[in-house]
Amino acid sequence: MKLIILDHYSQASEWAAKYIRNRIIQFNPGPEKYFTLGLPTGLPRDHPESYHSFMWNNFFKHIDIHPENTHILDGNAVDLQAECDAFEEKIKAAGGIELFVGGIGPDGHIAFNEPGSSLVSRTRVKTLAMDTILANARFFDGELTKVPTMALTVGVGTVMDAREVMILITGAHKAFALYKAIEEGVNHMWTVSAFQQHPRTVFVCDEDATLELKVKTVKYFKAPPQVNRKGCIYATNFGMQPRWQANAHTSAQSNGSS
Amino acid sequence: MRGGQGAAEARVLQFTNCRILRGGKLLREDLWVRGGRILDPEKLFFEERRVADERRDCGGRILAPGFIDVQINGGFGVDFSQATEDVGSGVALVARRILSHGVTSFCPTLVTSPPEVYHKVVPQIPVKSGGPHGAGVLGLHLEGPFISREKRGAHPEAHLRSFEANAFQDLLATYGPLDNVRIVTLAPELGHSHEVIRELTTRGICVSLGHSVADLRAAEDAVWSGATFITHLFNAMLPFHHRDPGIVGLLTSDRLPAGRCIFYGMIADGTHTNPAALRIAHRAHPQGLVLVTDAIPALGLGNGRHTLGQQEVEVDGLTAYVAGTKTLSGSIAPMDVCVRHFLQATGCSVESALEAASLHPAQLLGLEKSKGTLDFGADADFVVLDDSLHVQATYISGELVWQAEAARQ
Repeated sequence: MKLIILDHYSQASEWAAKYIRNRIIQFNPGPEKYFTLGLPTGLPRDHPESYHSFMWNNFFKHIDIHPENTHILDGNAVDLQAECDAFEEKIKAAGGIELFVGGIGPDGHIAFNEPGSSLVSRTRVKTLAMDTILANARFFDGELTKVPTMALTVGVGTVMDAREVMILITGAHKAFALYKAIEEGVNHMWTVSAFQQHPRTVFVCDEDATLELKVKTVKYFKAPPQVNRKGCIYATNFGMQPRWQANAHTSAQSNGSS
Repeated sequence: MRGGQGAAEARVLQFTNCRILRGGKLLREDLWVRGGRILDPEKLFFEERRVADERRDCGGRILAPGFIDVQINGGFGVDFSQATEDVGSGVALVARRILSHGVTSFCPTLVTSPPEVYHKVVPQIPVKSGGPHGAGVLGLHLEGPFISREKRGAHPEAHLRSFEANAFQDLLATYGPLDNVRIVTLAPELGHSHEVIRELTTRGICVSLGHSVADLRAAEDAVWSGATFITHLFNAMLPFHHRDPGIVGLLTSDRLPAGRCIFYGMIADGTHTNPAALRIAHRAHPQGLVLVTDAIPALGLGNGRHTLGQQEVEVDGLTAYVAGTKTLSGSIAPMDVCVRHFLQATGCSVESALEAASLHPAQLLGLEKSKGTLDFGADADFVVLDDSLHVQATYISGELVWQAEAARQ
């Protein structure tokens, strides 16, 4: 596991964004080589706060992705399980997920894999836990009765199949979940803990999210920054590939160390 | 072409690298257009799974709904109140020239005239969609002859009338058929005015109060009968008095029908209204302010002396005088100049200034679903402005109809 601790929410966001960008550039995608980015799913369509609206306004409209290359689980499908199975097939067809980016709930869930979800589960319909319904109430004018109680979600097993997993955790209210996820054992009550058994995980968090961790853990992962020959600041235990600069696309063609 | 069956196959245009006026804010968003209307890109993306056919980079500029001028008496030498043989050409000339001012729709205005003039002119100016040929005609604004003698301003006294005898029938006899009429300005203190106001309102014609000596009570009653607009606030009406605010008092009246917004025209050319007065009105009732040019035929003619009908007019910059005098002859400030002056004089936000020239006139005419807005489904009539609100380009139905010299490649 890599645990990246930044001071504030905005820095954690920026770090994660740059990491994703670097990974895509490094991967060098093309017409026959898809960089498949996985993201957790959610609310039903046709709702102003629907996941489609969320993805459009926060991601798709800012980039030049072709609609054909976006796949969102359809909560209004006639046969929900068939929809889920088809989604798994589409992931396989695209060559598997290269990088899955997600957050965790206060109850330690990844996507909507609520406490008690099988750690080898696949994409399916899930009943939401009260914690999640409460957390989502803000999208429905605070009215609990309006919050959907079911959701389609990728499974823990589905995410485990991704070649790399990045989890974003910010805020003190997530601190306990982070503690359970990385300092305690693998437990289906805290489904994020499953990633302890994934070969390539990155947890990105802010200071507040580390509040429940041992000082020892935090110190280990927050090794003092060092400056390399080129004046780029990096932490020693990143263990990640060399940094790519903003105009990295051209440098990616060369043999690329920076 | 707007909407219709071919719309789904029509080209999708994406205006990018711009700020658009939407929901009262300038948002950093792309504007999508198809079939002459504003398109919802989210629906296009998820339902049709399509991308844009063409992208146009707007260089970081502002995209605002096209301006709507509901009071303009002519321009470029053309006088809408003159019963020439070819009224249509005159209207077409003005319609084309005001595109460079950012105006995409307007209401040609006729001042007090004898019935023969109305009978000849009105049928020759039909409602017409805008396009490369010029701004769209939304309908006529008939200002007078049913106005106050005392407050007639520049209107000819000989042709003033009342509807004392037969109320609405008098009006019909004067104007002729009302098919092309959109707004009528009248003085509510005239006898039978309430009947007339109600009749006009039922026919979907906007009634405006102006050139009047009505007190606040009479004005409020007129609003109850259906009046929704005030013609060039402050001008040609009793001045505001603290014990009887007159028509000006409508801006803050608490005796109006619930939920009704009273709109009022303001000429923000820097001459016809003192900036302090402009600010008072704006602060009292910003939602109702409608920028109008009330432009006369001397608009756009440049400095110097011009003969317009029976009048000799001297143009000096943004002011027009009766030749040889210091008497104001009317407004000649183009709409975009009015918007800039309004912004500077009131210190309001850019969004407010733009809405005063687009959204508010559209709301006045009940057209806010299709005009004066960049909401999905609205007509794609918009202007491209730089940060100082100078018009760089004008679009009608998503088609470029005017472009500034500097912007041409």
